Amino acid sequence: MPYKRISKAVGIVALAALALTACSPAADTAHTDKVSSDPTKIITAYSNEPQNPLLPADTNEDYGSRVIELLFEGLRAYDPEGKPINALAESIETVDAQNWIIKVKRGSRFTNGEEITAKTFIESWNFAALSTNYQSNASFFESIDGYAAVSAVRTTTGTDETTMTVPAPTAQTMSGLVLKDDHTFSVKLSQPEADWSLRLGYSAFFPLPSAAIRDPKTYGENPIGNGPYKFAKEGSWVHDESLSLVRNDAYDGPRKAKNGGVTFKFYTEPGPAYIDLQSDNLDLSDTLPSNALRTYKADFQDRYAAKPVALNATLIIPPYNPNFQGEAGKLRRQALSQAINREEICTIIFNGTCTPAKEFTAPVLDGYTEKIPGNEVLNFDPTRARDLWAQADKIKPYDASRPLQIASNTDGGNKEWVDAVANGFKNNLGIPAETQPFAKFAELLDRRKARSLPGLTRTGWNGDYPSLYNFLGPVWGTGGPANYEKFSYPEFDQLLQEGLRSKETSEANAKFNKAQEVLFRELPGLPLWYTNRPIVWSNNVLSAETGWNGAILYHNVSAK
Amino acid sequence: MTSDHDAQHFVAPREEIPLLPADPLNVEATHRSLWADAWWKLRRRPLFIISSLMILMIIVVVLFPGLFTQTPPNENCHLANSAGPPVPGHPLGFTFQGCDVYSRIIHGTQASVAVGLLSVSGVLVIGVTFGAVSGYYGGWIDAVLARLSDIFFALPLVLGALVVAQLPPVRENKSVWTVALVISLLGWPQMARITRGAVLEVSNAEFVTAAKSLGVSKFGTLARHVLPNCMAPVVVLAPLELGTFIVTEATLSFLGIGLPQSVMSWGQDIAAAQHLVRTDPMILIYPAVALSITVLSFIMLGDALRDAFHPNSRRRSRKR
Amino acid sequence: MIRYLLRRLLQTIPVLIGTTLLVYYMVFALPGDPIAALFRDKQPPQSVIDDLRNQYHLDEPFWIQYGAFLVNLLTLNLGNDFTQQPVASTLARIFPVTAMLAVEALIIQAVFGVTFGLIAGLRRGRVFDSTVLVVSLIVIAIPTFVLGFVFQLVFGVRLGWAKPTVGANADWAALVLPATVLGLASFAYVLRLTRASVIENKKADYVLTASAKGLSGPRLVLTHILRNSMIPVVTYLGANLGSLMGGAVVIEGIFNVPGVGNKLYQAVLRGEGPTVVIIVSVLVLVFVVANLLVDLLYAWLDPRIRYDK
Repeated sequence: MPYKRISKAVGIVALAALALTACSPAADTAHTDKVSSDPTKIITAYSNEPQNPLLPADTNEDYGSRVIELLFEGLRAYDPEGKPINALAESIETVDAQNWIIKVKRGSRFTNGEEITAKTFIESWNFAALSTNYQSNASFFESIDGYAAVSAVRTTTGTDETTMTVPAPTAQTMSGLVLKDDHTFSVKLSQPEADWSLRLGYSAFFPLPSAAIRDPKTYGENPIGNGPYKFAKEGSWVHDESLSLVRNDAYDGPRKAKNGGVTFKFYTEPGPAYIDLQSDNLDLSDTLPSNALRTYKADFQDRYAAKPVALNATLIIPPYNPNFQGEAGKLRRQALSQAINREEICTIIFNGTCTPAKEFTAPVLDGYTEKIPGNEVLNFDPTRARDLWAQADKIKPYDASRPLQIASNTDGGNKEWVDAVANGFKNNLGIPAETQPFAKFAELLDRRKARSLPGLTRTGWNGDYPSLYNFLGPVWGTGGPANYEKFSYPEFDQLLQEGLRSKETSEANAKFNKAQEVLFRELPGLPLWYTNRPIVWSNNVLSAETGWNGAILYHNVSAK
Repeated sequence: MTSDHDAQHFVAPREEIPLLPADPLNVEATHRSLWADAWWKLRRRPLFIISSLMILMIIVVVLFPGLFTQTPPNENCHLANSAGPPVPGHPLGFTFQGCDVYSRIIHGTQASVAVGLLSVSGVLVIGVTFGAVSGYYGGWIDAVLARLSDIFFALPLVLGALVVAQLPPVRENKSVWTVALVISLLGWPQMARITRGAVLEVSNAEFVTAAKSLGVSKFGTLARHVLPNCMAPVVVLAPLELGTFIVTEATLSFLGIGLPQSVMSWGQDIAAAQHLVRTDPMILIYPAVALSITVLSFIMLGDALRDAFHPNSRRRSRKR
Repeated sequence: MIRYLLRRLLQTIPVLIGTTLLVYYMVFALPGDPIAALFRDKQPPQSVIDDLRNQYHLDEPFWIQYGAFLVNLLTLNLGNDFTQQPVASTLARIFPVTAMLAVEALIIQAVFGVTFGLIAGLRRGRVFDSTVLVVSLIVIAIPTFVLGFVFQLVFGVRLGWAKPTVGANADWAALVLPATVLGLASFAYVLRLTRASVIENKKADYVLTASAKGLSGPRLVLTHILRNSMIPVVTYLGANLGSLMGGAVVIEGIFNVPGVGNKLYQAVLRGEGPTVVIIVSVLVLVFVVANLLVDLLYAWLDPRIRYDK
């Protein structure tokens, strides 16, 4: 406890205590000595209450996903760099990128002894995709032939104009999934997709034991999986308090646990977790409070890491705002982009926990390149920004009757950087600009969906699986699930489709990056930066790291 | 005891003799002399003079911020200056966003003081009225008002604020008025309780009975005799609430239901500086000091007023 | 007396109906689809959203939603929140913790507020009086967030005098830091109210009489000055108990206290109507009881105040 050594004579009066500034604990280097790791030690980690029963295809928020990923193993897994490796799959083969033959390894079992076969996967996937099962990740199966039939819905309009969408599947199973033998099945996609197998490490594709399909809700409280960890016991999930996992000794895959287990402690805010880490009452956190960004390196000495992850930040420019329409609008969008000093914001506001964006995806992905033609528009250049703005004003004068607002939810610690971006617009373009905070995420989402936000909108995308397409299609593609502003660029869609249909991933990536050129021309949104997610750990932990998507690789954490 | 003469009319007489109809109480005279007497005393109190000067100063800052600083508070905020130390022209340094701290405090006075005063006025009007009526009349009026205050007490601030912020006239015109409206709507029950308690205590005092037996109407007694005598706790609470409300504004603004960003306020500056409390505490302390000075001047004014209106609480030094 | 108590308890019924109706309507009037927002940026198929809306009756008009809620309430079925946890078990978990926190904070602010207020009042204008004035100004001007954070860092982490965060096993000892900060926030009010009251009463006739009769020292101060100065203080404390229970959002967040304030705040922002209504209703009950106690205390503090006339 290095903190205890601080003089006991610290002033008691609150005001004096305010000046604590940099009394960081005396560097205690003793603990960095080579200590052998203890493989049975249980580590505690920051988390919060998962939203749903723990079903892989029904979990897409952070706190549930991190548990699911430890409890289950899919056909493939991702290494720390995001490269997919076969896990339960013995082989995944295709010749035309449309028909896939998947061989499942023999002898793998769920922790209740149930064997995992090709049939397990077919049943799990059919369960996840069938609309009457209401699984929130169902749309991940949309490429598979027959998805349309199992996911069909009927929309009824009520007396008061409200619509209600109810499931109306015309088939119970997807025709594209065919069992070949006990350990082989084939998948037919509705069209060729080169990067399809990349997704097989995503949680929606995890296998489910038969108990899950029989009674999903009960199962979700005490899930049985096949991953590196399992529930410590029935009822390990103590709601609003903690969730305890222990190592699954029967697990034999690429993610073998180096510790005895992980107990997720639930916090509604990252602040207290940070304090607990400082006093060794908690071992790991991947979420720092905004007031710690400037001090975490000093507070944790050599017990932190920050590496790029598949998470980016973007400002959406609404296509329905007359100021940003037409030729003048295009010039203004470029001007806005060049008026943002990304480098400075990353250095000062984020203290280096982000990297200025060079394109629309994330640097950890295969196929990422900084050399996309047109990305000069991301460079900070106030002179050119002003120039472009003036040119636009000549075409159509800017309506400055109300300040340019940047909408942001207030529950994610965004205010500081949004304020800084607004100040950049004021300083470099001479237009009034301000943050428009939303306390309720629901309201922000509703107004985005209703296309009624007056100004820019903050958004970000965290990759589901490590593919350029996952950052482009859902966000910017016509009809994409996160494309609330309804952007539509036929050329962009066309290039994405061509990319998906390519037989080689490198070929596909070239098409995806070509598609990004369209985005740079149109600039529907301004890429800002990629997150380097900082994590910190206590004196009980030797080392920790994040995976490609920003989640801590809990199985790799060695404790002492 | 001698100096209490002038105020004897509205407090219970010191002698323990029962009031007689012939008791020389002149209701009309009471009313006039109370205020006149208070003013006569106030003018000679240093506490009153100092606090008045401070408030006058604040008013000047509110009305003419340009007299104190030429630096625009919300322009030319450069991140390069983030949390920078004082330099010539920027006597208190820079905020995290690189704005001038001094200028923001000067320009923030207007909205902060306005929100504080309007909210406190709203709370006083609703709270004191309800509390006084409730405590004085009792019975079903008390039951209804007291239970109403129970409901309002329990309403969470965010919920009330979110709902009010959605009302069409408020939605696009957020201003100090809307903030004050929300705060008054949700803040009155405390004041009502305090007033009710004081009224309950006072309405049993002899001078109230006296007034009643002299034929003063029930409402007249409340307004002229009861209320002035139970202002002490109200006067104590009001300046403190002024401070609390100025800070509350920041919470509402943070949630997007308070002032728009372009309006400067101490509350917002304090809130924005919160995450710098370990690295650059001064950015937080400056607006907090401005807020404290304002609250302090009103506390002093309240003290002086209370003394003037209430002969019993006069300082010993004056008595000698 | 019994009749008075009975009458007060009967009043609770319309109060509760009024509260549920008002609060339910307020949550109903909030903008945004709470279900869609649960999924943040990863929106599920519309049928999933609509199914959940249906489960929580969010697709119904207000009166039907409210009716369904009332029917459930009368059958003691409090329903589930959006994480599909029974609201009843959440209530059973969070209320005891918050009650402990509130009582501890109330004791802290009452003891310190009254003691310091009494001394400041008795020694008006002296150093002590000015010092506590400055302290009151500090706790008013510095937001609880900052005060809490500083306390946590200094007393919890650096000095190790108390647990810096609370977490799952909340007991009296673990709640000391948050209760202190929470108590400090209203300490200024109690202090100034006591001080003002003491200043007023120390010159009252009965005090002068008692003192003339030769009474002095603690007995004079406690039984004559303090007891008669307590009405505004007791009123404030009673009213404040409720704010301590429902309004400790920031403190509960900083110290990770699994309590009512935080839950209520989250539930409002998520638009979880039933959870908000039930928590607020329980809070109203707390207020009703607290105010009843305060009214009974009035009669004890000032025998002239009578209710059963």
